[in-house]
Amino acid sequence: MTLFVLILLPAGAALLAYAQRSAPLRSVWLIGAAAVHLALVGRLWWHPAESALGGWLAVDALGMIVLTLVSVLFFLVALYAVEFLRSGTPRGGRGFVACLLGFLAAASLVALSHHLALLWVGMETTTLALAPLVYHRHDARSLEAVWKYLVLSSVGIGLALLGTFFLAASQTVGRPLVMEDLIAHAGSLQPGLLRGAFVFLLVGYGTKMGLAPLHAWKPDTYGEAPGLVGGLMAGALTSCAFLGLLRITQVSMAAGLAPFIQPLFLGFGILSLLVAAAFMIGQLDLKRLLAYSSVEHMGLLVLGLGLGGLGAYGSVLHAFNNGLTKGLMFLAVSNVAVATGSTQAGTARGLLRRLPVSGVLLLVGLFAVTGSPPFGLFVSEFTLLRAAIGGGHPWIAVSMVALLAIIFVGMARPLLGMLFDPETNPEPPVREPLLLVAGPVALAVVVLVLGVYIPGPLQRLLGQAARALGGLAP
Amino acid sequence: MPPLHDLLLLGVILTNFWVLGTTRLSATIRATAVQGLLLGMLPLALHPAWSLHTIGLGLGTILIKAMVIPMFLSRAIREASVRREIEPLIGFTASLCLGAVAVALSFGIAQRLPLPEANSGLVVPVALATVIVGLLVLTTRNKALTQVVGYLILENGIYVFGLSQVERVPFLVELGVLLDIFVGVFIMGIVVFHINREFDSIDSTRLTALRDE
Repeated sequence: MTLFVLILLPAGAALLAYAQRSAPLRSVWLIGAAAVHLALVGRLWWHPAESALGGWLAVDALGMIVLTLVSVLFFLVALYAVEFLRSGTPRGGRGFVACLLGFLAAASLVALSHHLALLWVGMETTTLALAPLVYHRHDARSLEAVWKYLVLSSVGIGLALLGTFFLAASQTVGRPLVMEDLIAHAGSLQPGLLRGAFVFLLVGYGTKMGLAPLHAWKPDTYGEAPGLVGGLMAGALTSCAFLGLLRITQVSMAAGLAPFIQPLFLGFGILSLLVAAAFMIGQLDLKRLLAYSSVEHMGLLVLGLGLGGLGAYGSVLHAFNNGLTKGLMFLAVSNVAVATGSTQAGTARGLLRRLPVSGVLLLVGLFAVTGSPPFGLFVSEFTLLRAAIGGGHPWIAVSMVALLAIIFVGMARPLLGMLFDPETNPEPPVREPLLLVAGPVALAVVVLVLGVYIPGPLQRLLGQAARALGGLAP
Repeated sequence: MPPLHDLLLLGVILTNFWVLGTTRLSATIRATAVQGLLLGMLPLALHPAWSLHTIGLGLGTILIKAMVIPMFLSRAIREASVRREIEPLIGFTASLCLGAVAVALSFGIAQRLPLPEANSGLVVPVALATVIVGLLVLTTRNKALTQVVGYLILENGIYVFGLSQVERVPFLVELGVLLDIFVGVFIMGIVVFHINREFDSIDSTRLTALRDE
């Protein structure tokens, strides 16, 4: 029952919000649905729900981690959206709010699906729900961005559907495409078709994650979309796509396909780090910089899967940390855009003085997003390093450290300049509205806490998730 | 006389070549409508024991792929008043040849794919060939609208492959897939309309403001 509510409540709220002509009431729907969703997810932590729809919808460790991430991030983004839409949005927020809530419904479906075709339906819906939001500004640049996003994501997700059908074809016993049965009878899957399924799903969901070289849409889309939409994309949407990849990884590992899939993961991982490092140097737009940072972190996620063992644990933890940190960064950058009208390193300057709260958030976020101690991403990156060294991949450990150092410089140079460089004609500091800073402040606190201490229930869940992926917990 | 489903599958291949060889956008759309109609009849021909599932799938496919989407796309070209694909990246003769290569390649790959349950030996090669042709149209044509058609053909190929699994994929999910594709094409169509208004042309080659050197 709870599982249905988690999907149908935001979907219903989306329809109601679209029909609602009064903006304040729409905000009530948005915040209300997000809050109830968050409360229900919180309840799931203590009272696990029974599976529904004949086992198609169920909660497991991997799904729970992604669902929690999506729900927390969405609630904070929703708070932000209320103020964002009130202050200077070019268009009536009806479609905007409806699309946001539609995204929450679809992302919940992805997190709860144990039927891989149903998961695909949810994934395609998440893509479509966010597309109109990329085109929020209605100008030529955002038009180009939304076109690239739609075409590339649609083709990617189409190939993922082909992979899903390959997987169905490889099955001889058990309920088709249901995770539990796929894993229980993994030995009987036809290996040739399973390999085909894996490759198509890797390319398909990899496109949605934005792994290099399938990331072409990412800088443009993140660069043009409003910051809060970028935060949802980089934090929640990519995590949903990663969950799709985790599902096929679970099946492939159970079928003993590790020697086939791990080198592929390692290749995509290192290439993504390389591309991110190469394109971050000299990049002046903050949102595009964050897009390449997202390519980097997606690379680290699959790198962890490729390393196996402790790497699987590090990878899932990294997904959780990355989602929250990306939310923090995009909301802080969005505040820069709201206050100064630009996110370019040349034009927006002296931010630490002009935006007292968001400036500090950006400074904190810089260290959090580059995986510096004491933030959450440091812990997960360190776990990945340990997995690489312990698993006998010293060259991967070395190249990872080198590339992460380049990425740190690429990220820090423009950002520190924007924060500290004096302005040519100084303007008085801006008083930032509470709702625009509450979300990113909360996220900063969470990623800081996760860097120091991982709560027991989360630790248990991460352990279960790692074992489900054929890995180990520390 | 070959069985009906093989004739339908051959028809799908022919419509692929129709799209590859024509310059007129309206003909491209007509070809996808015909392809949609053939796809709608396929589940019924491939699975002679008709069930609510196959009938529903067939009717849903015909409604969306042979009627609603083509009508919507025709409206889009009327609004944008474009008639022809003038300068594709690869000439029409060359793309027809590539299409032929795609078909040959697909038959080669299909031989290596053990699919015990396919009712016709043509399902897998036709599916793969259609996917490749879809990708070809997507990457070599400049008009945004033709690219939407390419995406549609790609999805049609995946649909043909899915027909070999029709007993395994539940009706509800297939309906979801169809609906998602429809909404996807619908949003793309709206974007095409905006591209036309913004740039006075539906050339996606105009979309070059965003890039990293």
